[in-house]
Amino acid sequence: MAIECLVLGAGQDVGKSCVVVKMNGKKIMFDCGMHMGHHDHQRYPDFSRISSSGDFDSSLTCIIITHFHLDHIGALPYFTEVCGYKGPIYMTYPTKALAPLMLEDYRKVMVDRRGEEEQFTSENIADCLKKVTAVDLKQTVQVDKDLQIRAYYAGHVLGAAMFYAKVGDASIVYTGDYNMTPDRHLGAAQIDRLHLDLLISESTYATTIRDSKYAREREFLHAVHKCVSNGGKVLIPTFALGRAQELCILLDDYWERMSLKVPIYFSAGLTLQANMYYKVLINWTSQKVKDAYTTRNAFEYKHVCSFERSMINAPGPCVLFATPGMITGGFSLEVFKHWAPYEENLITLPGYCVAGTVGHQLMSGKPKKVAVDKDTQVDVRCKINQLSFSPHTDAKGIMDLVKFLSPKHVILMHGEKPKMISLQERIQSELGIPSYCPANNETVSIPSTHYVKADISDTLRRKAKYPNFKFLKTNPEGNSNRDFMAPPTDPLRVFDDRLTDGILCLDNGKKAKAVHQDEFLGMLGAEKHELQFAYCCQVRVGNSGNARNIEISGDTLPIIDKYSRLHLLNGKLALELAEVNIQDCGEHIQVESVSISVCLNDDCPHRVSETSLNNSEAIYFCCTWLAVDEELARNVISALKKLELSTTEV
Amino acid sequence: MKFTSLSKGKGFYFPPCHLLNICGFRVLFDCPLDLSALSIFSPVGIDEGEFRVSSCDDFRDSECSDKKRQKAEKPLDASNLIHAEPYYKTVNDLHLWNASFIDIVVISSYMGMLGLPFLTRKQGFSAKIYATEATARLGKLMMEDLVAMHAEFRQLYGPEESGSTQWMKWEELDMFPSVMKEIVIGKDGTELGSWMPLYSAADVMDCMQKVQALKYAEEACYNGTLLIMAVSSGLELGTCNWTISSPKGTVTYLSSSSFVSSMSTDFDYHALQGSDMIIYSDFTTWKAGNGVDDYIGCSAPSTYELSDFSNSENDWEVRAESLLKLDDGAEEVEKLSFLCSCSIDSIKAGGSVIIPIGRLGIILQLLEQIADSLEATNNKAPIFVISSVADELLAYTNIIPEWLCKQRQDRMYSGHSLFGHVDLLKDKTLQLFPTLHSLELLKSWEEPCIVFCPHWSMRLGPAVHLLRRWCGDPNSLLIIENEEYTDLALLPFKPMTIKALQCSFLSGIKLQKVQPLLNILQPKVLMIPEDSRQFIPTFNTSMSLKYFSGKETLCIPKYKTTSELDIATDLTLQIQWKKLRHKETSIARLKGQLLLEHGKQRLVFHNDQEASMQAKSLLHWGKLDLKSLLVSLQKMGINGFVEQENIDTESETPTLVHISEPRKALIEMKGTDTVISTDDEDLASLICRTICSNLDCI
Ligand SMILES: [Zn+2]
Ligand SMILES: [Zn+2]
Ligand SMILES: [Zn+2]
Repeated sequence: MAIECLVLGAGQDVGKSCVVVKMNGKKIMFDCGMHMGHHDHQRYPDFSRISSSGDFDSSLTCIIITHFHLDHIGALPYFTEVCGYKGPIYMTYPTKALAPLMLEDYRKVMVDRRGEEEQFTSENIADCLKKVTAVDLKQTVQVDKDLQIRAYYAGHVLGAAMFYAKVGDASIVYTGDYNMTPDRHLGAAQIDRLHLDLLISESTYATTIRDSKYAREREFLHAVHKCVSNGGKVLIPTFALGRAQELCILLDDYWERMSLKVPIYFSAGLTLQANMYYKVLINWTSQKVKDAYTTRNAFEYKHVCSFERSMINAPGPCVLFATPGMITGGFSLEVFKHWAPYEENLITLPGYCVAGTVGHQLMSGKPKKVAVDKDTQVDVRCKINQLSFSPHTDAKGIMDLVKFLSPKHVILMHGEKPKMISLQERIQSELGIPSYCPANNETVSIPSTHYVKADISDTLRRKAKYPNFKFLKTNPEGNSNRDFMAPPTDPLRVFDDRLTDGILCLDNGKKAKAVHQDEFLGMLGAEKHELQFAYCCQVRVGNSGNARNIEISGDTLPIIDKYSRLHLLNGKLALELAEVNIQDCGEHIQVESVSISVCLNDDCPHRVSETSLNNSEAIYFCCTWLAVDEELARNVISALKKLELSTTEV
Repeated sequence: MKFTSLSKGKGFYFPPCHLLNICGFRVLFDCPLDLSALSIFSPVGIDEGEFRVSSCDDFRDSECSDKKRQKAEKPLDASNLIHAEPYYKTVNDLHLWNASFIDIVVISSYMGMLGLPFLTRKQGFSAKIYATEATARLGKLMMEDLVAMHAEFRQLYGPEESGSTQWMKWEELDMFPSVMKEIVIGKDGTELGSWMPLYSAADVMDCMQKVQALKYAEEACYNGTLLIMAVSSGLELGTCNWTISSPKGTVTYLSSSSFVSSMSTDFDYHALQGSDMIIYSDFTTWKAGNGVDDYIGCSAPSTYELSDFSNSENDWEVRAESLLKLDDGAEEVEKLSFLCSCSIDSIKAGGSVIIPIGRLGIILQLLEQIADSLEATNNKAPIFVISSVADELLAYTNIIPEWLCKQRQDRMYSGHSLFGHVDLLKDKTLQLFPTLHSLELLKSWEEPCIVFCPHWSMRLGPAVHLLRRWCGDPNSLLIIENEEYTDLALLPFKPMTIKALQCSFLSGIKLQKVQPLLNILQPKVLMIPEDSRQFIPTFNTSMSLKYFSGKETLCIPKYKTTSELDIATDLTLQIQWKKLRHKETSIARLKGQLLLEHGKQRLVFHNDQEASMQAKSLLHWGKLDLKSLLVSLQKMGINGFVEQENIDTESETPTLVHISEPRKALIEMKGTDTVISTDDEDLASLICRTICSNLDCI
């Protein structure tokens, strides 16, 4: 069986994350994002590829949203309210609580400021979120009889989760965006060691290795401090949630320590509601913030106040957080136009900026002028600072996660093509895991795990609990290519085979059943059939002078003599067959199942071959063995035939 | 599987306690404390001189005993209570078990946790403890509060009298009034050993470190064999039922549950569906007054209703759910609003209200409703919560949307705090204080007022002092729960003119709901308390019923002699099936490695696969048919003659077939034993193959 992944967005790109995974008859859409760099139909994933008729309810089992960033959730209200998807939607509690703020912020920017045609209304957002089922971390959610999903902590932003999905025996993890190192307010991503067929990972920083975060944080604080102490204004364009709170904690803390009085502003409406959510959802932050909450909730800032539009041109230094991030329009763009032309000011861009945004232009090189739209150019004389710490994992983190989970396959998404390809090659060469980085609208198909269900009987299960050591002679050459790492193998190998006596039975159309062979015969009502081989072997007695003794003793050969002959034979055989393990059991000697004893019965039925010697010249040894040891037995017999026992040696 | 019921408990505050042996592991369900037993002690803060009874140590003569005995026969009064630092009553039968024998402890509610430090501090205790995050957090707060309240006794009796166990001597016990004696030594007189001096704050800390906190529906894997999951029981914040899955099937532990949750996450029955066995441990169902009377008039839903459900899965669920939810809620809502109106009446009359209820869910709802009622009726009175953990408790309730019901979560989504107390605290309608004697409290104290404070046993905590203050005020109101020893609990405060409102809240599954619930869950085996027998003679189902009672270990018969095995596909491709002769069965030798992980048995390819293949011995069965064997041999060019044929296959003398062509050989057949003897290797294997083709083999 196969797992099919149709990449509808974020294939070799960052923006409009969306992948539809089909496994064992279920179809799950992971993320439903929009692209900030496009303003036409390309901003949304091409949903028509899921169902050309638009009947999404029957073609999708559920939608899973990993976090509240617009490139992961931006298209959801459009998909549910405009395209009409009515099926289940899952996301974490914080995502459900915070997503409306993000979506509303974006909608306003689109409509009010950029004057675009509305893609969805405020009401749409509210209706859409009502359909969402919120989940907790690690909680196993049974979407339907066959589909199980589970969220794992992803760091990145409040409520970000990686999602595990399992149908039958096939299972995958879709990471969304994640961070493998903790930051000011969030912990590092955390996941169980799962058996996975497929890992779909983000790869924003596919080739970057980052050093200590604290050095970068210091750098940021110094840059801000320097700017405000020179009377400059600092603009930090961010989205309403995530980065804003992290940097706010950082600045608030720094202001407190340095006793700074310069105001820190949040653009209107941005903080209040968001902070309420952050306070209630404090369990989703880092352990440090959580532990301190009874004494002081980290999201109650001391130095932060709200900003009025009229304050844009007010004199004096300040720090301003303004939405939206990447300066795609709205208030941050407005402030940018006013502040960018002055060289004492500073613009700090936290994190990634999608191509096509003003933020992206500022980051690529040092532009003197920036085109904000068709007609307007803004002179840029202020300092530009890019925050080099990011809530995304770096290449090391991705490699660590892949190594930890050791999935059978890896798909990379949410990154830039050349970097992704180099990471893909690294995963294949260093970890030996086949990996892919499909482009948008491509489908990757990989095989999936499947277990055949059977019942196992208690008896067999009990017996299989205990070691059953077997000894086996092996030919070292024969195995050399299998265990190339192992030292030269000992010819005698020990292995633990607990299932030797297990038998799998399959009745027509029924579930297979594994039983112990004794039970099996009982079930059949049959008796074990013992199939043996026997051969009564004549061995020449060397010293004819003493042969008379044997003749005389005849049938009443004293036991002591019987034993001594066997003993003698044992010694001889040991010389002859160096590699076998011969056991002297008194009445007989034993080599595996081959049993050899002195035969005094002249009518022994096992003396089948023509005898070349008369009784006075020979002793008979009766050999019996099981079919498995046929080869061994024949070796023993041919050795016996070659032997000549000297009775004087007795 | 073995099951031992250690205690059936006494309802919400003292949940049941059992031990289950599953797959060779011992699982302890809950570890509670019987805090109602505290009522044999004199409450904290009573001037001991007042009631002091001379100890028998002083003059050990018969006169003293006589005097005391006479007193015992008189009606019980406060002087009968024990004036000593209280001991705490644990689950008696738990002491019969060596702590080191327990492998797993699961905790279903914060009340089920209060005895845990006694267990975890025992030598050799090494079990894994599971509890939901909310239970662990709230349980910790309750235990810390208990330790803090108990400290007042230590101060009262001083170090030398602390730990005095004079009262535990048999001669003293004999002189106790019968009610008290029963509490001390139990109905059967064996429970004296269950009394323990309280654990310390350090014991609590140590205990909490051993607890693994889980989310609802988080899978915890024990030893690769058991998958343990906490599933919401709907009763209180964080309370849960448990499912324990192993390759042998799934066991559900059903604790006291509520189908209409006004605050905490709803009862989750989906997760319990398909369990092989249910341990029904909600004893409140069989308690008198819990709808038992109603039940007599109401017939159990009949089977045709059940078959009706099976139309479509969705329809079935909807109907089942509605059946469970039916009519439970309204009654509880009414109770709360009644309590509210009584409280307002007291305030209006100038009296104060004291609410020493220990149920968090009730407290939080009453807080909101009383504040609302005060405002609605234009009455002004401060509301106080006095407890060493009040601050942390209320702060905690406001950061746990994941543990609350849909309506509470919706408050968050619409931008409000989860509970009204956040706003009440802001506008100072509600004030929190750690102790009665805190300076801030004195500053803002105002009467009449409404006070929520521990402890419901009326032996420790601020409630004792406040009741003493107001017990003579007919306008004041005491709201307490109807417990077994309420009379004894109130004894030291008598005579009382304060109004006392005794109420009982829904604390488990109602009798009428048992049948619908079982219809939904459909277990194969139902373990149910002996107590249920008198109410329901036979359940209307096909499941097998096992009644359990205390003090006996019940062996649960296997409901399956097989377990699930997953065979890896790469291995199945290698399986060489063989058809059985004369049967529609295919068989194959098992190979590979048996793994036990995450509660599942898996057969996977293992490295020594080839080696084990070589070493396999053949298994043949059945008897040989001489005629067909001879025919087969002839086909292979093997000829010979039968020397002696035994029709009677049981006979001792074997059938001999002498082979002359192509070379000499002999086949000896006796029943299911066959011996081939020949010198010639090739001939031997040819004969062997021919015989095998006439036998079934693997
Ligand atoms: Zn993101
Ligand atoms: Zn992203
Ligand atoms: Zn012989």
